[in-house]
Amino acid sequence: MDRQGNKYTFLYASVMVIVVATVLAFISEALTPIQKKNEEEAKMIDILRSVNIESTTADVAEKYNKYIGDKVFIVNYEGERQETDAQTAFNIDLSKEVRKPLSDRQYPVYECHLDEGEIKYILPVRGKGLWGPIWGYIALNEDKNTIYGTTFDHKGETPGLGAEIANQAFQQQFVGKSIFNEGGELVSIDVVKGGAPDDAPHGVDAISGGTITSQGVENMLMDYFSGYEAFLKK
Amino acid sequence: MSSEKEPLFSSKNLKLLTTPLGAQNPITVQVLGICSALAVTAKLEPSIVMSLSVVFVLVFSNLIISLLRNTIPSRIRIIVQLTVVASLVILVDQILKAFAYEVSKQLSVFVGLIITNCIIMGRLEAFALGNKPWPSVLDGFGNAAGYGIILVIVGFVRELFGTGNLTLPGIGEIQVIPDVMYEWGYVDNGLMILPPMALITVGIIIWVQRSRNKDLIDVS
Repeated sequence: MDRQGNKYTFLYASVMVIVVATVLAFISEALTPIQKKNEEEAKMIDILRSVNIESTTADVAEKYNKYIGDKVFIVNYEGERQETDAQTAFNIDLSKEVRKPLSDRQYPVYECHLDEGEIKYILPVRGKGLWGPIWGYIALNEDKNTIYGTTFDHKGETPGLGAEIANQAFQQQFVGKSIFNEGGELVSIDVVKGGAPDDAPHGVDAISGGTITSQGVENMLMDYFSGYEAFLKK
Repeated sequence: MSSEKEPLFSSKNLKLLTTPLGAQNPITVQVLGICSALAVTAKLEPSIVMSLSVVFVLVFSNLIISLLRNTIPSRIRIIVQLTVVASLVILVDQILKAFAYEVSKQLSVFVGLIITNCIIMGRLEAFALGNKPWPSVLDGFGNAAGYGIILVIVGFVRELFGTGNLTLPGIGEIQVIPDVMYEWGYVDNGLMILPPMALITVGIIIWVQRSRNKDLIDVS
């Protein structure tokens, strides 16, 4: 056949595309279970980090089962516990939930029993940064008011500026802050540009140069705490 | 075909492997693939993984294109090359996500951008389309290694002076600069982590290389 003719060219392109598509589809199918496991492990590591338990991919499953296990449940906007198993609750995709109005969202709660018998409630949060989504896990003490620990992460905030929310130094500031004021009203946490006073009960320092990301964290917390409010007040 | 077989590593073939490491280095001499060299070299680990990914993609795309070279219709040859490269890159991306999840998160978009790495299309067009598979493999390996060496050097310098640590794949972070130095007042240079310093580091490598090898100096 004429190698430069139209017929040959079309045939060549078609065969090539079919071969390539088959190979890639096959490989993607084969690797998906492993990739999914990695994502779940990364999520577990994040959740445990919010209660200051460091873990690696090697021991995360064991630690997660020890401290949280199947004590995961979903609450609705009214704070009522839904009938679901732990796996469904764990698999709730916040990137989809966050688009719904507050009252329609499903709110997963991870109940963590530490070695000393203390109970912590870990709430996942998700919102918008400057360039893309930001998310995190907030661990509250048994009073459902004082923050025990936090962890934040982001898709692609500016390195050195907004990306600093993923740093220990930023996350440590939240420890000991409370999200309800003395009157029992939800005030969430302010991320204050220029710095919050050291003894501020509801404020932390924003990141210099990362104003929009800091604002994103503040909005994200307010948004999700309002959603969890009924549950937290129970 | 000549009756006597050329040895696998004849001097001609070896040259294909070694010139891109030095005198024909894709980054410092041909100034190709600079973008990714700036982006992933803030730490040593992603630099190494990126280099290995490029080695894989370039060796195999060179091999595949060289095997197909007599069948490819010349009018769609660029599309064919792109398809081959893109498939290999997707493959690398999927494998990293499955077996090196942490690293794949760090490299994020840059693995995908291997497709646009000028070195790869350059070698396919300039070499693999006109040469036999084995020389093409060597050429691919040589060029990718030449790229990788620079990436690793830049990553090493930036991470060492930027954070005082070095991260190696599979081992993790190692503190290189001892605490005593910090007590004496040594401070990490945070500027090294930012992209401009990658450009300056590459610039210094180019300067050193050209001052040692006068042939490379472009007088025009």
